[in-house]
Amino acid sequence: MAINLATLKSNTPAERSSAEIVFTPLAGSGSVSWSEIARTAFDSLLANRVRSFLTMLGVIIGVASVVALMALGEGASKSITSQIQSIGTNLLFISPGQLNNRGPGSSGVTAQTLSIDDYQAIQALNLPINGVAPSVQNGGTLVAPAADKNVSIVGTTPAYFTLNNLTLKGGTLFDSAQAQDGAPVVVLGSNVARDLFGSGEAVGQTVRLNGQPLRVIGVLEPKGGGGFGSIDDNAFMPITYVQQRFANMRTADGNRYRVSSIILSVTNANDISGVQGRIAALLRERHHLNSDGTEDDFSIFSQESILSTLNTITGLLTAFLAAVAGISLLVGGIGIMNIMLVSVTERTREIGLRKAVGARGQDILMQFLVEAVVLSLTGGLLGLALGFMIATVVTLSGVLTASVTPLSVSLAVGFAVGVGLFFGIYPAQRAAKLNPIDALRYE
Amino acid sequence: MITIENLTKTYLMGDVQVHALNGVSFHINKGEFVAIMGPSGSGKSTLMNLLGCLDTPTSGTYTLDGHEVSQLDDVELSAVRAEKLGFVFQQYNLLPRQTALRNVELPLIYRGVSGGERHRRAKAALQVVGMGERIEHRPNELSGGQQQRVAIARALSGSPSVILADEPTGALDTKTSAEILNILQRLNREQGLTVVLVTHEHDIAAYAERVLAMRDGELVSDDKQTPR
Repeated sequence: MAINLATLKSNTPAERSSAEIVFTPLAGSGSVSWSEIARTAFDSLLANRVRSFLTMLGVIIGVASVVALMALGEGASKSITSQIQSIGTNLLFISPGQLNNRGPGSSGVTAQTLSIDDYQAIQALNLPINGVAPSVQNGGTLVAPAADKNVSIVGTTPAYFTLNNLTLKGGTLFDSAQAQDGAPVVVLGSNVARDLFGSGEAVGQTVRLNGQPLRVIGVLEPKGGGGFGSIDDNAFMPITYVQQRFANMRTADGNRYRVSSIILSVTNANDISGVQGRIAALLRERHHLNSDGTEDDFSIFSQESILSTLNTITGLLTAFLAAVAGISLLVGGIGIMNIMLVSVTERTREIGLRKAVGARGQDILMQFLVEAVVLSLTGGLLGLALGFMIATVVTLSGVLTASVTPLSVSLAVGFAVGVGLFFGIYPAQRAAKLNPIDALRYE
Repeated sequence: MITIENLTKTYLMGDVQVHALNGVSFHINKGEFVAIMGPSGSGKSTLMNLLGCLDTPTSGTYTLDGHEVSQLDDVELSAVRAEKLGFVFQQYNLLPRQTALRNVELPLIYRGVSGGERHRRAKAALQVVGMGERIEHRPNELSGGQQQRVAIARALSGSPSVILADEPTGALDTKTSAEILNILQRLNREQGLTVVLVTHEHDIAAYAERVLAMRDGELVSDDKQTPR
């Protein structure tokens, strides 16, 4: 025992003046300051570091996955938008068959309702357009001396290159006369040129398609934009050449050459729907479709409608994934409630004591509620950081540019705080309602 | 300071009514050092809980420092506890991870006393009980007697009207018990602090100047004595 009775009884001057301080009546504001509530919460959370961290983990994972998935969705949507916009401006795509209502089984890939005559009729309409180009597509193998490659063959006219913003890296494009005559020439996409000729010069070389020689007259600049069917993997030939070299180039009735698509660029964005309507009317008339509701046997898409459809799909997918991730946030919240209930039980005596020295029920309620919210908010912020990291890693890996939006940040953090409040209120109420006598006696 | 009249407390245990307190009346003046004695089951703990405003009586009145407090609600009782009462428990009931200073500050926190003033008062209260050198120690670094001193400092820090000590020496050896009781005695004599001590030991009750004896929920004797 460090203090003996003798020193106690000889009441030192320091003790006497201290006693004066203690026995002066005091006045307080009557309510606990926020800084004290926060301090108490942090103290008790830090006292059980491992437990607090494990409890937060549910929220961390939940928030991180919500943030990361929303960032990926946003990135995917942006990349789709930029890819589609890079094709050209104010474009309309006409394809055979009805793509709007039926499943992919009846899609225009197999339909053969659009013919080269339709293209010529559209040209003759004198529409307010920058240009129009037909194309037929087919698969084939190009054979070069050193290598061969399966490519997507596009038979078209020179306008196609302009409409699609395709530019040459070297050589020339075929001209309208060559397109008309079916000259044996080919313009290669950048990947095709690289795969067939490596770093060597492709222009001027000869490749063979089904044994027939084709002269390489041009190579395109790489267009980029991965995904399926990149333009860099195509080989472009005069449309007449492709029509004559392949067997399946006739429409269903066998009378006309078919086309896989017709692309046109409207001069003024305001005219797009008007042009679309006039083309639809023309094609219905040409295809002898009754005006009594017979479905179109062709489809016209505008660039904008494709864009908005794709963005709707990405948006739905993102929302769905984020909702699934949100479930883990919910599970995290249950974890918080669980640990807060344990904590209330463990600290029953402490609660009793706090009440005995003057804490009101609402003081105890706030203390435990703030603890739960601190848990979930800290978890939310850590989760946010983790989500940012995931998004950054994905971006650095080059798959796509994931971007964390302010919306997803506020959504995730707001949700985390909400979870803390929602799941913290019940344990906090239990604590607040404890009877101080029972609580003090609790073993 | 304390006036209770005809105080009763009845519990319902299952179907049976238990009369823990059966019409108890007494008056305690300001500056008295009173011991409430009695064997277990005598109702002294129930009386202590009522005096401590931790519980409300079934009937009767309790006037503390001029205020009728027997029919107050929870929030009002909390305020009375914070402003008028200081508790000392058998098991000290210190917050284990907090320093002595922080423990002593606790009642002041709930009264909304600002940081500087709180610090000053808590330090002074620790000085008064001879713990001025150990304000940064945590309970597990202190002996039982030292912990109980911190608990007394905590009871003092809010400048209470009455200190209620419930078996304050129940967990201490004789020598340390004497030290603790000396502190209470000194506060009572020098500062005029009203002290109510609950115990079942005559040796401990001997430090008081007046002994109220309880049995079966009733007050059976009320004797003045010369304190030890």
